[in-house]
Amino acid sequence: MHELGIMTGVMEAATEAAHNAGAEKLLKISLSVGEMTEAIEDALVFAFEALKEGDPFTADADLDIKIIRPSSRCLECGAEYEHDRFHMLCPECGSFATELIAGRELQIDSIEVDLPDEANEQES
Amino acid sequence: MQIDVKQPILQKNDTLAAELRKRFAENHVFVLDLLASPGSGKTSTILATIDALRDEFNIAVIEGDIASSVDAEKIKAQGIAAVQINTGGACHLESAMVKRAIDILDLERLDLIILENVGNLVCPTDFDLGENAKVMILSVPEGDDKPLKYPGVFQVSEAIILNKVDTMPVFNFDKEAFESAVKQLNPTAPIFPMSATNGEGVQAWAEWLAERIRNA
Repeated sequence: MHELGIMTGVMEAATEAAHNAGAEKLLKISLSVGEMTEAIEDALVFAFEALKEGDPFTADADLDIKIIRPSSRCLECGAEYEHDRFHMLCPECGSFATELIAGRELQIDSIEVDLPDEANEQES
Repeated sequence: MQIDVKQPILQKNDTLAAELRKRFAENHVFVLDLLASPGSGKTSTILATIDALRDEFNIAVIEGDIASSVDAEKIKAQGIAAVQINTGGACHLESAMVKRAIDILDLERLDLIILENVGNLVCPTDFDLGENAKVMILSVPEGDDKPLKYPGVFQVSEAIILNKVDTMPVFNFDKEAFESAVKQLNPTAPIFPMSATNGEGVQAWAEWLAERIRNA
C-alpha cells in the first residue's frame, strides 16, 4: 500500500507544474504505469480521489492512467516481444539472456490546466 | 491547456538515490538492500552474514522497521554499528530515510552496509535506495508458490536466499517447482539454500557477497 505515497508525489509535482504555468485550476493528470511495477491502478485511483479533495486547485481534476505492457529484447537473437509479468524467456530462441525495455514505467506524462486568459476568452 | 511533464513519479527519491550511490562509490562501500517478509529470518541472516564476513570487512547495518529498535539492539550486541530507522507506518524504506541514517555512519571506514528493509514483498521493490544490489530472502514456511504471487521482488533481486531449508520436510516445499518459477522470472539470479540459524549454506552466500564487496 505505497500508492498513497506515490500519489502524494504526483499531486505535488503536478500542482507545482500547474502553478509554474500560471494555471488557476488543475483539470487532468496523465500517468504511465508499467505492469511490472507494484503500483496497483485501483489503489492509485483511490489515493487520487482522497488527495484531490484537500485542495480547491485540484478538487475537480481527473486522472488518466495508461498501463504499459511489459516487453523485452533478447540479447542473443535480438527479438523484441511483449510478455506478461511472469514469463521473460525469449519466445523465439528460448534464451534466458533478456533485457526489459518497457514495463517498469512510473511517469507523469502530462497535465491539463485552466489558464486565466482561456477562462476570459470563454466568458466573452 | 495541456502541459507536457514527462517526469518520473519517484523523481525525488531517484535523484537522492543517485547521490547516495555516488557517495557509496566514492567511499568504496558496498550497499546491500535486503528484502523479505516479516518472520523470514532477515535479522538472523544478517547476523550469520556478519559472522562470516566480519574478519575481512567493516560492516554496518541499517534497520528499517515500522516501529521499535529490537533488531538494531541485536546487531549492536554483536559489536556492529547499527542504525534504526522507524518508518512510522510506511511500508518501505525511501532514499531520504537512508540518507539520514548514512549521515550518522562513518562511510570512509566501512566496506559493507546492509539495509534491512521493512518486512514486505511488494512496496520496497519500486524504490531505489542507491544500493549496489537488492537481494531477497524467502523462507521455506512461506511456500514454494511465492514467485507466482510476488513476481516483482523476484525480478529486482540479484540473488535469492532460500532460508530455513532445515524445515523443508515439514512444510512439503517443492524446491524444483520453486527454482523453475524463479528461473522464469529472473534467469541469472543465483539461489542460495541456507539455514541462517544452524549455519548450513551460509558460506556459499557469504562468498558470493564477499566477491561483490571486493569489487565495489
